[in-house]
Amino acid sequence: MSNMPNPPATMLSISGVHTYYGNIEALKGIDVEVNHGEIVTLIGANGAGKTTLLMTVCGTPQAARGHITFEGKDITRMPTHEIVTKGIAQSPEGRRIFPGMTVFENIQMGAMSCDPEYFDQDYARVTELFPILKERQNQRAGTLSGGEQQMLAIGRAMMSRPRLLLLDEPSLGLAPLIVKQIFEVIAEINQTDHVTVMLVEQNAYHALKLAHRGYVLVNGKIAMSGPGNELLERPEIRAAYLEGGR
Amino acid sequence: MAKATRPPLNWLALFKESGVAALIALGLSIVMFGLRTVDQQGGLGVQTRWSWVVFAVVSVFIGRLVLAIYRETRQPPHTPSGTQDSEQNRFAEFVRKISKVVAPLLIIFAIALPFLPFSSRYIIDVATLVLTYIMLGWGLNIVVGLAGLLDLGYVAFYAVGAYSYALLAYYFDFSFWICLPLAGIFAATFGIILGFPVLRLRGDYLAIVTLGFGEIIRVVLINWYTFTGGPDGLSSIPRPSFFGLPFSRRVPEDSETFHTFFGLDYSSMHRIIFLYFLILALALITNFFTLRMRKLPLGRAWEALREDETACRSLGINPTNTKLSAFAIGAGFAGFAGSFFATRQGFISPESFTFIESAVILAIVVLGGMGSQLGVVIASILLIGGTELFRGLEEFRMITFGGLMVAVMVWKPRGLLAHRDPTLRLHAPSHTPESHKSNT
Ligand SMILES: Nc1ncnc2c1ncn2[C@@H]1O[C@H](COP(=O)(O)OP(=O)(O)OP(=O)(O)O)[C@@H](O)[C@H]1O
Ligand SMILES: [Mg+2]
Repeated sequence: MSNMPNPPATMLSISGVHTYYGNIEALKGIDVEVNHGEIVTLIGANGAGKTTLLMTVCGTPQAARGHITFEGKDITRMPTHEIVTKGIAQSPEGRRIFPGMTVFENIQMGAMSCDPEYFDQDYARVTELFPILKERQNQRAGTLSGGEQQMLAIGRAMMSRPRLLLLDEPSLGLAPLIVKQIFEVIAEINQTDHVTVMLVEQNAYHALKLAHRGYVLVNGKIAMSGPGNELLERPEIRAAYLEGGR
Repeated sequence: MAKATRPPLNWLALFKESGVAALIALGLSIVMFGLRTVDQQGGLGVQTRWSWVVFAVVSVFIGRLVLAIYRETRQPPHTPSGTQDSEQNRFAEFVRKISKVVAPLLIIFAIALPFLPFSSRYIIDVATLVLTYIMLGWGLNIVVGLAGLLDLGYVAFYAVGAYSYALLAYYFDFSFWICLPLAGIFAATFGIILGFPVLRLRGDYLAIVTLGFGEIIRVVLINWYTFTGGPDGLSSIPRPSFFGLPFSRRVPEDSETFHTFFGLDYSSMHRIIFLYFLILALALITNFFTLRMRKLPLGRAWEALREDETACRSLGINPTNTKLSAFAIGAGFAGFAGSFFATRQGFISPESFTFIESAVILAIVVLGGMGSQLGVVIASILLIGGTELFRGLEEFRMITFGGLMVAVMVWKPRGLLAHRDPTLRLHAPSHTPESHKSNT
């Protein structure tokens, strides 16, 4: 973390957050901190509440109790479309690209909420990270392969010039080679573009290797946290998330 | 296309399918055609028309059979989605090329129409009617085709426009050129008022509420007798003037009319042609506005909203405002069309704004292919112009209308020109349309 512009300071702070879906309590008092310049990963079994936590940061659903502050501002009660203009971008679970639009139009959608002046520059950067997007720019996004769609989702999120990028399972359903490629780009975004990343992953091995710090979510609570490589060494993590599942 | 070997037709299944359809036709036609109430001495009597029933059942059976055979022989049973998509791409490419040529030709034709040798008063009247529906179709296309909000009460805004014009002219003596924008603004305001509570609803629920709203407006118009004239409607609505020059035969004292100003002989056709050009201009404005909007962020947001609302929200789009704007703009265009309708007819009543109007406009949008501007034109010409030409067929006119719709839906289930034209094409050196195909 030597290349950070600021000394380590909390960028996103989630404290005591409870989130409900009707009567179901999906998050039961979560405390997570993300510092400037970090990659923080969130791992956990299916249904642990990882997606819910990312979505709560973005305001749909809103936290019933607790506080979320981003760069010192309380965003707990803000509507989603305002939160994302504050410097947070999200590549949601299942990618959620616009299938009927072309790749280029999808990318334009990402730049919707920011100054058009930066568009060319940002577009050049995104296509440098994912050259395939430039090659396919006039293709209907729905006809992209899964890996390409994931790259498009990340590229689209990057177009809003975020300071914090939330990624929900970017490796879902992708071939190992593509997963490696995507993780490399995430590292690149973090180092070169100074974007802080919060990464939700099933692929615990890759995620923990990449991340500075990690949190383990079990049944809506944080069960463990610590530096990525330290978590990788813990026997209980190896047993639950890693053995056989590299 | 490569001819794959197909399994032989399963005649038993086909006959069974047609038999079921015929049975349904039987059940319906017994009550609808078979029994007929007639006035008799001493009350109502029942007359039977079994020959009609037989005709209906037989024609449904044969029709269904032909349809099923067509379906079975034309399409391989399982089309991989990939080939379908590339077929769609090719069709889209074709449509885009065609519309580049056809659209300007159509506009030139529309401008020249009143001066062509064969154009009579009747033809211009029909063309004016078709253009009115094209404008309404384009307006609704913003709401349904672009923003994906199913609005079954669109005619309500048409009514608001028509009544705004009539009432403003009646109570305040405003001229057409003042009333036209006001009618649009009123209709758009109604769009916002309706939109505010209902736009949180999705799909079917939104459709039902808009349907209800359409009916509410009509019922209010019928019952608010002192203000709207109730079922009697409003008559002697002022005719439009040519920027202050009226189209009347009688020349008022110390002022001029259209024909004296231009030194022409009086002809009742002047007004007809003027109205025709008025609606042509209004429709073209609607079209160019829509085409322009699609290129702007707001228009893009409408389309994105149709595809994925959650994704939109996470990209910083405010879904409520975006939907409201689509609703209000669509309503505004219906308002313009409504005030045109009022000034053309000179008389309006709630009769003209029934649900069937909403349905026809929606049919135009859906048959044309949601979101396709040229599709709306073709569908309007077919549906409105077509049914007008078939007026001679009397009671078979509606059957023709229905048959036409069924035919389109069988032949092109996504509408005549269903495709989405990207608003911007970039040219990358390594990119050709052909290179898509290798990828699925
Ligand atoms: N919209 C919803 N309505 C009701 N319950 C929900 C909803 N979304 C999630 N849940 C529930 O909340 C819990 C947490 O779900 P969440 O999607 O956050 O899990 P996750 O950790 O992302 O799992 P996965 O790894 O499978 O994506 C689950 O029990 C799920 O059933
Ligand atoms: Mg999840």
